[in-house]
Amino acid sequence: MGIEKYIPDGIILTTVEKAVNWSRKSSLWPLGFGLACCAIEMMSTFASRFDLARFGMEVMRPSPRQADLIIVSGRLSVKMAPVIRQLYDQMPNPKYVISMGACASCGGIFNNYAIVQGVDRVIPVDVYVPGCPPRPEQLIDGIMKLRAKIEKEKLKGVS
Amino acid sequence: MAEFKTMVLNMGPQHPATHGVLRVLLELDGETVIRAKPMIGYLHTGIEKNMEAKTYTQALTMTDRMDYLAPLSNNLVYVGAIEKLMEVEVPPRAEYVRVIMIELTRIASHLVWLGTHAIDIGAMSMLLYCFREREKIIQMYEFVSGVRMMASYFRVGGLAKDIPAGFDERVKDILDTFPSKINEYEGLLTENRIWRKRTIGVGVVSAEDAINSGLSGPNIRGSGVAWDLRKSNPYSYYDKFEFDIPTGRNGDVYDRYKVRLSEMRQSLRIVTQAVEGIPEGPFITTDRKIAPPPKPEVLKGMEELIHHFKIFVHGFNPPEGDVYFSIESPKGEIGCYIVSDGSKKPFRVHFRPPSFVNISALNKLVEGRMVADVIACIGSLDIVLGEIDR
Amino acid sequence: MSSVIEEKLKKGYSDKIDELYTFRGDLNVIIKPSGLIEICRFLKIDTELKFNFLSCITAADYLGKRDKRFEVVYVLYSIPKRNRVIIKIRVDDGEDIPSLTALWDTANFQEREVYDMFGIKFTGHPDMTRILMDDDWIGHPQRKDFPLTYELPQFSHSRDEIDTRHKAPWRGDE
Repeated sequence: MGIEKYIPDGIILTTVEKAVNWSRKSSLWPLGFGLACCAIEMMSTFASRFDLARFGMEVMRPSPRQADLIIVSGRLSVKMAPVIRQLYDQMPNPKYVISMGACASCGGIFNNYAIVQGVDRVIPVDVYVPGCPPRPEQLIDGIMKLRAKIEKEKLKGVS
Repeated sequence: MAEFKTMVLNMGPQHPATHGVLRVLLELDGETVIRAKPMIGYLHTGIEKNMEAKTYTQALTMTDRMDYLAPLSNNLVYVGAIEKLMEVEVPPRAEYVRVIMIELTRIASHLVWLGTHAIDIGAMSMLLYCFREREKIIQMYEFVSGVRMMASYFRVGGLAKDIPAGFDERVKDILDTFPSKINEYEGLLTENRIWRKRTIGVGVVSAEDAINSGLSGPNIRGSGVAWDLRKSNPYSYYDKFEFDIPTGRNGDVYDRYKVRLSEMRQSLRIVTQAVEGIPEGPFITTDRKIAPPPKPEVLKGMEELIHHFKIFVHGFNPPEGDVYFSIESPKGEIGCYIVSDGSKKPFRVHFRPPSFVNISALNKLVEGRMVADVIACIGSLDIVLGEIDR
Repeated sequence: MSSVIEEKLKKGYSDKIDELYTFRGDLNVIIKPSGLIEICRFLKIDTELKFNFLSCITAADYLGKRDKRFEVVYVLYSIPKRNRVIIKIRVDDGEDIPSLTALWDTANFQEREVYDMFGIKFTGHPDMTRILMDDDWIGHPQRKDFPLTYELPQFSHSRDEIDTRHKAPWRGDE
C-alpha cells in the first residue's frame, strides 16, 4: 500500500477486470418475464418493502434486447419452451439467468407431461433459488450470490 | 387501385401488460382493431390430471397454484365440493374464520388487480401503494398458516389448525388502517381526468351480452346484473352477514373499476361483522373418519391412534357420485366438479375457472377500438393465467 | 323447484331423456345427444325456468367402467331463479355431439377444451382446434389411457446407464 502516498486524492487504482465486473453487477437490468405464482413474489420484491432498486435493478426492461438478466419465475410448460429459448437467444452478451422457484429449477410438484422438468433443459442457468414460492428475502439472497459470481468473472477477449 | 389489407399483430406471450403468458392475435386496420383472438395454453400444467394421482388431501395443495392471487378461494371451492359430496358438517368456528380469510383474500386480489391495471394505463405509483397494503394481508396469511402465499389452510371439515392467539387484534389492526387507504386510491384515480378519458366508454358490454358470454363476478356486475353467489346461493355462513352488492350501469372499464373498489369496502364490512363474534369450539369436524383427533388424545387412546393412522396413511373414502359446487371468487364464479368412485383418490376433478370464460369475451370488448384500449380491457377483465390454463 | 323442472321436461321430452335423478340437491338429467339443443333452448326460453347462464361444460372418461366411455356434463344456472340443473350425455369414442355455440357464446372455449383433453368433437363449432396443448400434439391428455408421464429420478455416476428417453406418445413413440 505504498503507492497511495505519492498520488493526489480522488484517484482510485484498480484493474480493468474489477471495474468492468463492478459495473456489470451493480446495474443488472432484468427482463420482465413472470410466468406464474413466483412472478407475484418477484413483483413483491420489486415493490417498496423488499426494494430491489437498491441493487440497481429498478429498470425492468420489456424487450430482451435491452436486458441482461432473465429471472425465470414460474412453471415452464412445453408450449412455452421455444418462446423462452428465443428470448434467451435474443439477449445480448453478457447475460445471466436466475431460475426462481421449485418449478423452474426442477419441475416442482408438477411431474407430468406438460411441464419441462427444470428450465436448465432449455437455457443455461447461473443461480437456482428454491422455494414454492421463494420469499422475497430468498430471491434477494439469490441475487447477492449472482453478484458474487459476476465479481469473480474473468475478462476473456471481447465478450 | 391500391388494395388495403389488414395487418396481423402478435401481442406475444412475453409482454409487460398481459398479466402472464397470454398471446393475443390482433387483426388491425391502421390502429383500429377489427378482431382480437386470445390464444392460451402457454402455462398449461396438467393440474387436473395430476390430481387424479394423489389422495384428496394431497391434491388440495395443487389447487393453490391455479389462481395464485387468491389461493384460499381455490381451496374453499375444492373443499366445499368434497364436503357437499360427503355431507360433512363444518363447525361454526371454522366457518367464521373461513369467511374472514376469504374476504381478506378478496381484498388482496383486488389490490393486485388495481396495481397492475393502473400501471398498464400509466399510473405507476399505484403499483407500489397496492403492494404495500397487500403486504399486511400476506403477513396475516403467514401468521395463520406459516406460508406467505400458498397457504392450503382449509381441510375437509374445517381448518388445518386453529387460529393462534392474537388473531383478533391483528385483524382489527387491518380494519383500522384500510378504509383510509382505499380513500387514498379513490382520490388518486376516480376523478382524475386522464383516468376517466381512458376508461369511460371503453370496453362496453351490455347485460345481455355479458350473460351470453358467461362473464361473472365484477365483470357482469359492472353491466348492471346484480348477481353474486354469496347472496343468491349462500355458502359458508354468508347469509348471516349484511353486505351490499355494488353494480355499475354502463358496463365499461370505469364501471368495473368502481365495482371492485366498492367490493373492497364491502369485504371490510363483512370482516368487521365476523371478527366480533368468532365462536368457541372445535376448528374441524368431529367425524374421526375424515379429520384426525387432537394430538393429546392420540397419545393416550387406542381408537384415536388407529383413526390418526388410517387418515394419514390411507386417507378417507367419499361415497360414489359426482357434484358441482361453485363459490364467488374475486374474479367471478369458480366451480369445481368432482367425480368420486369410492376410492381414496379423486376419479376426475375439473375446475371451471372464471378467467377462462372471461377472456373468451375479449373480442366483444375491443372490436372497433384502438390498440391501447386492448390493454385497458384486458386489465379490467382481471385475468390470471394460472387458472385459465390450469 | 326441481320437481317443476322434472315435470316440464318429462312432459315435453320424455323420448329424449334416459334418466332423471336428484343427487345432493341438484337435478341431474341424462339425455340423448340428439335432444341436446332442443332441451337447452327450452330450458333457456321457458318463462318459468329461465336457465339463461351456461356455467360449465366438462367431461369424464369412464374407461372400462361403463359401456359408453365418455360422459359430457353441462351445468346450467338460472340467474333470476337462482338454481341449477346438470345435463349429462353419454357418448362413445368417435361419436360427435351438437355444439351449443348458437345458444351461448360461453360454449366456444369450453367445447374446445373438451375436444383438446378428450377428443370429443362438437359439430357446428366455428373453430374446432386445440386450445391448451400445442397444435401438433398427438393424443388427448385427460383420457385414462394417456400416461401422466412421471419422470423417475435416476441416480447414477455413469452417464451411459441413465436412460433419459421416456415413452412419450406425443413424440410418436410406441
